[in-house]
Amino acid sequence: MNRKQTIKTVLSYLRPYWGYLFLSLSLALVTVALTLYVPILTGQAVDQILGVGDVNFPEVFKILVSIAASVSVTALAQWGMSLCNNRLTFGMIRDIRRDAFKKISVLPLRYIDSRPVGDLVSRVISDVDTLADGLLMGFTQLFTGCATILGTLAIMLFLYYRIALVVILVTPISLFVASFIAKRTYSMFQRQSTVRGEQTALIDEMIGEQKLVLAFAYEERAKKRFSDVNERLRSASLQAIFYSSLMNPSTRFVNSLVYAGVGLVGALAVISGCGFTVGLLSSFLSYANQYTKPFNEISGVVTELQNALACAARTFELIRAEEESQDSDADPLPETVPGNVSLDHVYFSYHPDQSLIEDLTLSVSSGQRIAIVGPTGCGKTTVINLLMRFYDPVSGSVKVEQIDVREISRYSLRKNYGMVLQETWLKSGTVRENIAVGKPNATEDEIISAAKASHAHSFIMRLPNGYDTPIGEAGDGLSQGQKQLLCIARVMLCRPPMLILDEATSSIDTRTEHKIQRAFSKLMEGRTSFIVAHRLSTVREADCILVMRDGKVIEQGTHSQLLARNGFYAQLYQSQFAH
Amino acid sequence: MKKLLTYLKPYRKEAVLAPLFKMLEAILELLVPLVIAYVIDNGIEKGDKNYVLLMSGILVCLGIVGLIAAVTAQYFSAKAAVGFSAGVRKALFSHLQSLSYKECDRIGTATMITRMTGDVNLMQTGVNMTLRLLLRSPFVVLGAMIMAFTIDPVSALIFVAVIPLLYLTVWLIMRVTLPRYKGVQNRLDRVLRKTREGLTGVRVIRAFNRQEDEQSEFNEANEELTKFQCIVGRISALTNPLTYVIVNMGIVALISVGAVRVNVGILTQGMVVALINYMAQILTELVKFANLVVTITKALAGARRVSDVFEIQSSQTAGKRTQGEDTKEILRFENVSIRYYSDAQPALSDISFSVTEGQTVGIRGGTGSGKSTLINLIPRFYDATQGRVLFRGIDVREYDPAVLREKIGIVPQKAVLFRGTIRDNLKWGKEDATDEELWQALRVAQAEDFVREKSFALDEPVEQAGRNFSGGQRQRLTIARALVRCPEVLILDDSSSALDYATEASLRSSLNTLPESVTTFIVSQRASSVRYADLILVLEDGELVGVGNHDELISDCDVYREIFDSQFEREEDV
Repeated sequence: MNRKQTIKTVLSYLRPYWGYLFLSLSLALVTVALTLYVPILTGQAVDQILGVGDVNFPEVFKILVSIAASVSVTALAQWGMSLCNNRLTFGMIRDIRRDAFKKISVLPLRYIDSRPVGDLVSRVISDVDTLADGLLMGFTQLFTGCATILGTLAIMLFLYYRIALVVILVTPISLFVASFIAKRTYSMFQRQSTVRGEQTALIDEMIGEQKLVLAFAYEERAKKRFSDVNERLRSASLQAIFYSSLMNPSTRFVNSLVYAGVGLVGALAVISGCGFTVGLLSSFLSYANQYTKPFNEISGVVTELQNALACAARTFELIRAEEESQDSDADPLPETVPGNVSLDHVYFSYHPDQSLIEDLTLSVSSGQRIAIVGPTGCGKTTVINLLMRFYDPVSGSVKVEQIDVREISRYSLRKNYGMVLQETWLKSGTVRENIAVGKPNATEDEIISAAKASHAHSFIMRLPNGYDTPIGEAGDGLSQGQKQLLCIARVMLCRPPMLILDEATSSIDTRTEHKIQRAFSKLMEGRTSFIVAHRLSTVREADCILVMRDGKVIEQGTHSQLLARNGFYAQLYQSQFAH
Repeated sequence: MKKLLTYLKPYRKEAVLAPLFKMLEAILELLVPLVIAYVIDNGIEKGDKNYVLLMSGILVCLGIVGLIAAVTAQYFSAKAAVGFSAGVRKALFSHLQSLSYKECDRIGTATMITRMTGDVNLMQTGVNMTLRLLLRSPFVVLGAMIMAFTIDPVSALIFVAVIPLLYLTVWLIMRVTLPRYKGVQNRLDRVLRKTREGLTGVRVIRAFNRQEDEQSEFNEANEELTKFQCIVGRISALTNPLTYVIVNMGIVALISVGAVRVNVGILTQGMVVALINYMAQILTELVKFANLVVTITKALAGARRVSDVFEIQSSQTAGKRTQGEDTKEILRFENVSIRYYSDAQPALSDISFSVTEGQTVGIRGGTGSGKSTLINLIPRFYDATQGRVLFRGIDVREYDPAVLREKIGIVPQKAVLFRGTIRDNLKWGKEDATDEELWQALRVAQAEDFVREKSFALDEPVEQAGRNFSGGQRQRLTIARALVRCPEVLILDDSSSALDYATEASLRSSLNTLPESVTTFIVSQRASSVRYADLILVLEDGELVGVGNHDELISDCDVYREIFDSQFEREEDV
């Protein structure tokens, strides 16, 4: 997404809040105008205080009342402006986050699977935060800064153009100094962040895997590597920080030149007596004093805004990403199907140049069991992805009850499947909420009987608050096996006609595993099941075995057929008994 | 926390000079309104153009000297701050490296990493800003007040009233908002959690058609966050308007008092202008000071967390021995029990067994039965709570840990590689290993073939966590890494789970080619992996429920039989 598109998108999110924006800008103008007006009033007051016995008290009083009034109005306007900006910014980022999250539910899994979760999360959270900071600063400082500079110049020109000329002559120096330092600083900060990234990576490795460091007595070597990058970071940081800290003194110096110039020309003007008063000089001096401040701020805001836009682009890239293909409106499937599934000449690949499934044809009738076997990481989930329509085949078709799944709405297709993955996912919430994921309106009795049927009830009752025990996203406090039992209970509650099950490999203790097996068997009764299998009994009883290797289905048949074929399956099977 | 200041010591000169130069700059700034007052009262009053010229020259000089002072101060403070943080980071890294497994578990790696990065950076910013501003801001404020007193004590009383009022206002607003920022953070965390959940659970959510419920839960958390942000924003937005009002009311008061006192001849017009200028200076400094307070608060919090980590000392004291006794009994557990920091139940209780040099020892048991704990006691990653672990007849606590660990090659459950090359990774095992030795280790680990196929062989780059290698390749490389040091004891902690059965079988037979003196410990979930071990230890719930070879255990040990039956049946197929 290029910058122009990003800005356009930001503006489109701004649209609902244009009222606030308008109000904010108006209030900003009021603030700037009054802030600039106060020094004039102060100057006028000074002009009424000329010397002993030469003070015009009624006039001074009148002016003081005006000052008080202006200051109060300014303060109110300032506050109102801040409130508008808050509303505007926080509202906008709320909308952006809402859309981003909404997008997650319609993104193709291909998109999500190919990106680290941390990266996507940061697009929704920290990138949007940076955008908010940038916008807030942008609204408050960019506009007021520009308005202040222009206003100051206008008033000076109007009051006494000769002094204004002095100021205008110095302005380019101010701009030049600011941009020169900003540019140098930027490249130094970049170098700093490169070295810092390097250091963080090293820390991640050496501290993150500290146990290995100790196991291999690598401590001294680690310290040496760290010292080296630490030294480089020190010198990079010193340069970056020092250069960036030059901004203030330098512009302040330019400011003091402006100040001296205004003082000189102003004082001479008063002496030459062409209507220029001490009060005016005082007003001018206070303008001069504040003159370069907006320049500093604007240069800060510009970097901040650039940063904000870069982050916004990342978020918008997510929001604008291509969605899943349009869902079919028609729901040709009945509420529950008998469970006939067929794959017809299916070709599939994640990357165009690396074809995985080639010409897979398979017909499963209601109640049959299909076992998928193969070494770890052989791509057994690919088949699940196709069945659940997480991915669509490149060519060929997957059919349920003779209907191409692409003609069925995802909702009704998935409603007919129950899925238990080995990688359990629990949401933060209570045990009850986690079981009722598929059927939020389930009654207490239904939930408990589902938990009992999946052998989860007894351990749930041992939890501190039974079904009301809160569990975190990672399911902390529960063992892997217990988590899987909960996931089985989830499916048990819905009792869909077709199942996709992922048998546990190793990380579960024997007893829990027995329970899971029993729960699985109970679940499979009379249902069409696809099982990622690790157990002999599962495979023996399967109506068909798909043997996968390196992401491809290489063999297909029953246990005895495959043994007779003496291929990879037989080899796998034999290697167990070869010694 | 005071201890952290010692890292500033090498930069004592900079740390003292930076604020001094900052104060010099401030003094010069404070002189400016005075010069203007002279211009008005002497130059303009008497129409003395040369005097005005001279004073303008002085203003420019003040500016130049101010610039030099400021740049010097910035340089010194940057140098001190950066040097300080580099020192802290280095010391913290060394400190963390000195901790044992027990402390690592207690602190947690994620925490250790944030301490080293985020918290130290907070401290660096804190030191930098403190050196620059902590003295300067109050100094300018006080200086402005003192200058006001030298001009006119009565008018100066207005300063005495305004300054505390300003500080009080800022303090009150911060007191109200700072805790509420935490509330915002909590709500942001909730939004983050929902987002993460939506992504990690994307398959389940879609499988159960839960998208809309997830969306509404997210929206709720999101709305809540927005509401809170607006509330906090409303309060903190008061700072600028309020301080602006207070300072300008001070100016109004100054003009009123000034008018009276000029009228009776105590003050001059120029002096009134100077007083107004001083009041304006206070406002600028106050804003800086408020920001400084926030920075310092954050830095102090970071410093507290870092010094908490420094407080934690390793629970192990290193021994000095480098040699064991001359015995064939390489390892002996004597009534060993261990309980982890946070657990109520011991992880191992009363374990005793003995291993002779050259034996292959299999360890079986369910999850949480204590297999890894037992393994971890051998290289003294943890200390036993009770009992002793003897390596060649000597308590492991008496050895120099580095020497002890050099005799042991361990292959952890999680196959972790580090960024660098294959060669770098293998050299973890032995710093000065020759290519010959590396290839030999790769050969035994069944990794030679795929490494030879890589375009750069040993110099093939390894990405972070070794993600450019498959799980099986990673595992074989970690086995090779342990073999490079030609260990006396080789420990495989469930480290062939990602290998297919054929590869595992060849790995097993090639491990048999190791010198006979090598003692091997194998923890495995696969029955076949330990079936032919000389000695099998069966653990259940931290207790040793069976010791012997396969045939003995099958007839005597119920737990072993149960595990074997269920798993053997399972393995038969795949």
